[in-house]
Amino acid sequence: MAEPVLEVRGLKKHFPVRHGLLGRGRTWVKAVDGVDFAIHPGETLGLIGESGCGKTTTSKLILLQETPTAGSIAFEGRDIAGLEGTELMAYRRAVQVVFQDPFSSLSPRMRVEDIIAEPLEIHTDLSRAAIGNRVGEVLELVGLQPDVAPLFPHEFSGGQRQRIAIARALATNTRLIVLDEPVSALDVSVRAQIINQLEHLQRSLGVSYLFIGHDLATVAHISHRIAVMYLGKIVESADSDTLCARPMHPYTKALFAAALPSHPDDQQQERTIAGEVPSALRLPSGCRFHPRCPSAMPVCSEVEPTLQPRDVGGVVACHLYG
Amino acid sequence: MNMGGPDMAPQRSARPGPVLEVSDLQTHFFSFGGTRVVKAVDRVSFTLHEGETLGLVGESGSGKTTTCLSIVGLLPRAARIVGGSVVFEGEDLTRKSQRELRRIRGRRIAMILQDPMASLNPLFTIFRQVAEPAFFHQQLRGRSLRERVQHLLRAVRIPSPEWRMREYPHQMSGGMRQRIVGAIALAGGPSLVIADEPTTNLDVTIQAQYLDLLKDIQRETGVALIFVTHNLGIVAKMCDKVAVMYAGKLIERGPVRELFDDPKHPYTRALLGAVPKLGSKEPLYSIPGQPPNLANLPAGCSFHPRCPEAVPRCVSEEPGDFHLGDGTVARCWLVEGKNEAGAHRGRTRS
Repeated sequence: MAEPVLEVRGLKKHFPVRHGLLGRGRTWVKAVDGVDFAIHPGETLGLIGESGCGKTTTSKLILLQETPTAGSIAFEGRDIAGLEGTELMAYRRAVQVVFQDPFSSLSPRMRVEDIIAEPLEIHTDLSRAAIGNRVGEVLELVGLQPDVAPLFPHEFSGGQRQRIAIARALATNTRLIVLDEPVSALDVSVRAQIINQLEHLQRSLGVSYLFIGHDLATVAHISHRIAVMYLGKIVESADSDTLCARPMHPYTKALFAAALPSHPDDQQQERTIAGEVPSALRLPSGCRFHPRCPSAMPVCSEVEPTLQPRDVGGVVACHLYG
Repeated sequence: MNMGGPDMAPQRSARPGPVLEVSDLQTHFFSFGGTRVVKAVDRVSFTLHEGETLGLVGESGSGKTTTCLSIVGLLPRAARIVGGSVVFEGEDLTRKSQRELRRIRGRRIAMILQDPMASLNPLFTIFRQVAEPAFFHQQLRGRSLRERVQHLLRAVRIPSPEWRMREYPHQMSGGMRQRIVGAIALAGGPSLVIADEPTTNLDVTIQAQYLDLLKDIQRETGVALIFVTHNLGIVAKMCDKVAVMYAGKLIERGPVRELFDDPKHPYTRALLGAVPKLGSKEPLYSIPGQPPNLANLPAGCSFHPRCPEAVPRCVSEEPGDFHLGDGTVARCWLVEGKNEAGAHRGRTRS
């Protein structure tokens, strides 16, 4: 297989939390605690998990908005931690992001053409005319008319704004786009348009996606591979199809049980799991999922399981399959 | 345990008929001194019986929330009900004064809104907020009030309610806050609960727990539920009946199985095709364009500019309700004459 676009190894991010009088006490929130994955060219990796499990922190680390506590992120074979100057610019050009809420991610005071031109002005030395052409080009790529360029974001609906955000992310010949819940804020019919558009763009441009979401059906639809995160760790990861056909980790199974049926006759065998994601400040001992796990054994509260190969492909971290 | 007031079960009326019957409801927004009219709810009809759940489905701006606010009489000042009736347990709510409605809201009809943090007051304890309906509507005081609140919190699965009720909303997780809002809704022993996208802000596993809880409560109390949502998965899981709204109109309504198995209106079909299904990688059906502006609706059927099956008649003439044999009602020229039930044709009143 070709070299991965992005390879993450042993990635950790711990945030200090001060407490007690005068902030003398200090504990750590282990937001991301030893995560490994790779994204190949033209591939979509789905990162799924509930709020507070470290999905967004992972994306911030990739976007260099946070520095990792430990571990490495390699982009096309080079560690991004040491990048400086033009190399850093090249990285920022190649890796872009689309956020959940297109109403707050686009400046209301900028015209669409300026929003999309901004990364081009920073990263390229194209002439104004060339930038104008490129803006029209990417607008067409995402299914908008080039003549909307002089309008302001408030003149667009949610789905159109999300297209503008995608156009901005594509403007600089991007290799990888981090999609942080890009369709959660959209209506059903518009959601389908954006998902189809993203899949189409990937086929024609070969761009890779890191798709972060919490809706299993959407993530499974768009992703080639899926990694399931729970409290800062990946608990299971496999090809999208094999994971859907045979989820193994009890947390993955719980996510499937909680997924909504697509027809009233889809009977759900399992009752959903109890409880909520515990605070990342007080992580459970052993396996982090054991307090909520329906099949927890004594060993689960003592020893933390490591990722082991699944018999049908992929990896899972659970004592049930030790 | 007699707590000096009605228990969790709604005060069931001896009347057999439906709990709620909305017929030809029309709510318009007036602006610029009445020169501009937006028909936010346009001739909406549906019925709901005891223990039933109706899913009110549609995209943002389709009039779902305005329909609900019309039922409970909480419309903003610019909006007015201009036609139709809302008959709740035999009484027409559109003819009631705000004073009379206040005696119904919170007791016989309750609402659960999307954002629990916005529906709870951060400055008051959980006890004070859950106790309010029982205090005003059932005149409970002192010990019986405390016991009632604990009973309600236990019913929504809040652990150790005797401690939790002294805490404030910020000390609760999102799922717990939404369950507390549920406890407040149940406090008056309502026979109708309107839930407006109650799980949108919750995580998937918490959402599943909450939906299971609502189902359990409904089984115990026989309360009728209106579930406003844009998520068809929630409809499949929760609802007995569905009503699909588009641009202020109910374009299709009927039993949930018929709607999923044999959707009649092209918009319903498109909505169902637009939802990703687990384990399927087929391209999603996407409806071209976006919902129309209610202030400037297209002529004829409002969906025709986006409809893949539109015929010339759709552009010029607005379809009425067509009652079909399997219990569904669709507003589309395409179903005209297709095993239509009885003499109901064209623009019928139901």
